[in-house]
Amino acid sequence: MVQEMAHPFSKYLRAEVMPHIWCSGCGNGVVLNCFVHALDELQMDLDKLVVVSGIGCIGRTAGYTNTDSFHTTHGRALAFATGVKLANPELEVVVISGDGDLFAIGGNHFIHAARRNVGIKVLCANNLNYGMTGGQQGPTTPLESITTTSPYGSIEHPFNLVHLAAASGATYVARWTALHVRRLTQSIKKMLQKEGFCFVEVLSPCPEIFGRYNKMRSGLEMMAWFKRASVVESFSDPSKAEITAEKIAVGEFVDMEKLSYEKMLHEKISKINEKAMEEVG
Amino acid sequence: MPKIRSVLTGAHFMNGDVACAEGAIAAGCRFFAGYPITPATEIAEHLSQRMPELGGIYVQMEDEIASMAAIIGASYSGLKAMTATSGPGFSLMQENIGLAVMTEAPCVVVDVMRGGPSTGQPTMPGQQDVMQAKWGSHGDYGIIALTPSSVQEMFDLTVEAFNLSEAYRVPALLMGDEIVAHMWEKVVIPPADKIKIVNRKKPNVPPENYVPFMPDDDLVPPMACFGEGYHFHATGLTHDEHGYPQTSSSEVQSRLVRRLCEKIQRNSDKIVKVEEVMLKDADVVVVAYGIVARAALSAIRRARDKGIKAGLLRLITLWPFPEKNVVRVAEQVKAIVVPEMNCGQLVREVERAARETPVVFLSKLGEEPHTPMEIFEAIRRSS
Repeated sequence: MVQEMAHPFSKYLRAEVMPHIWCSGCGNGVVLNCFVHALDELQMDLDKLVVVSGIGCIGRTAGYTNTDSFHTTHGRALAFATGVKLANPELEVVVISGDGDLFAIGGNHFIHAARRNVGIKVLCANNLNYGMTGGQQGPTTPLESITTTSPYGSIEHPFNLVHLAAASGATYVARWTALHVRRLTQSIKKMLQKEGFCFVEVLSPCPEIFGRYNKMRSGLEMMAWFKRASVVESFSDPSKAEITAEKIAVGEFVDMEKLSYEKMLHEKISKINEKAMEEVG
Repeated sequence: MPKIRSVLTGAHFMNGDVACAEGAIAAGCRFFAGYPITPATEIAEHLSQRMPELGGIYVQMEDEIASMAAIIGASYSGLKAMTATSGPGFSLMQENIGLAVMTEAPCVVVDVMRGGPSTGQPTMPGQQDVMQAKWGSHGDYGIIALTPSSVQEMFDLTVEAFNLSEAYRVPALLMGDEIVAHMWEKVVIPPADKIKIVNRKKPNVPPENYVPFMPDDDLVPPMACFGEGYHFHATGLTHDEHGYPQTSSSEVQSRLVRRLCEKIQRNSDKIVKVEEVMLKDADVVVVAYGIVARAALSAIRRARDKGIKAGLLRLITLWPFPEKNVVRVAEQVKAIVVPEMNCGQLVREVERAARETPVVFLSKLGEEPHTPMEIFEAIRRSS
């Protein structure tokens, strides 16, 4: 008799919505896997965890995690998450979304959530293009890459996400690739334990779409690029960490302590109340 | 006794924006996200002072798109939440008003209407957003919109908007205008226990049996909130009763979207509020709303003094449209007069309901709303 074994992480995932929508060779499964490992290693209270996603391939993650979860309109995950976190600071709020969602249509929300230092933990799968809609150029597409809307090669300069996050005020900033599963898991664990706005970028292979147009037809070829080009340069200057064909600087770039928005707010609230009680005498 | 009170019971002299803010607090609102905009800014300013006093949240977001998203998040975290804006910001909010409709997030959106389109006339009144209130976000949906005619109603209808949004899990819109927002009038705030408060239905089943979008007989599903152990999913995608995306099922699309429309339409008798003045024997009736209804009231009194049987149907609810009330009026009168501060918006709904009864439209744009004399003249010509 073959006994059916429960998946060791089944409590973290919604079996009823499987199979997932991701292509073979896609890195999103790795991102979800590392996230779930981090939850398991930390023994996170799943009743107090909210996973929020925007729109895009990785945006389906919220629906796959067996927690309270919300799939917002395109780009608005961080603005929604700000409402969630401020309304109930006891909740651990994680935004898992893509580069197009967080940095093009949602770019304004990103810099302001980071500036306010709201305690939201952002896990960004960067696949260098808009995968869900069939591979258009986006805010992270490397110069000269071929996409369905840059058929002659992209002439837009891409964002360096770790530099943007650091400059905007994030208290923790790291970048890994889908190849760095252990270090990625460690970074996710670290950000889940930190106060304030945290950002982890994961370069995620998109062989079916981005790779197809850029001479990396399989997931393995894209992983080979990550392996060849990645250099761990922890706490190096994030402004110099642009992603190029030759070099992908990975590691932790920022790790600092800063009072979160919600803590500052609740300190203010207690002071106002104390003062009011004094006035009443 | 703490000095800080949430319900400021008593008689006050205040402006409409402040009355709206106090109405929100009295209704139990403890989360406000917004972005400064004339003529709604005083709502934000007042709440930035009042919310922290009450342990509530005031947060100034980066734009109106974010403000709307944040109040949906706060609503799902269990707080009553509101934002306030004017035309340009209301346009930006439409995207996430659709999200609140689709995920059935109770919340209140105040639109203090000014002159549009675009940046228009920030300090002038208007009624140009009333169709946007109904149709502004893409797709089909039901929504609730109320329109205050006085500073007192800026308080009362804000409370009512919260109650309706909680009861039907739908955004409730308070469509004020620059005049009711900036005008100072007497406002009487009742004792807290005399203010009717409605809270959303909570699930009465354990998490394993909770089906987040399974409606009750009133077509409204009970609502769990984040952190309560229900582990539910909500999405702006078309979803089944479990909250999971069903993007290629026509059956699920039809079932969901029709319910979102019908939960408002089928309950419209319970939602709709109008004020009827001297309608019983009226030959000519003015259908008006907002600040314009005040001039209309004066006009029908003048008409009565002159022996003309005039009446006023003041729409307090704009959406769902008070269809039955207009149909009843249309059946008895010679003509209906509709004054609006736009180029003709709600008059189309009145014409549709009035069928064969003639409808006279009075349009006004810019600084001044209609004068009683202008409306009186229209009544006289129609009588």
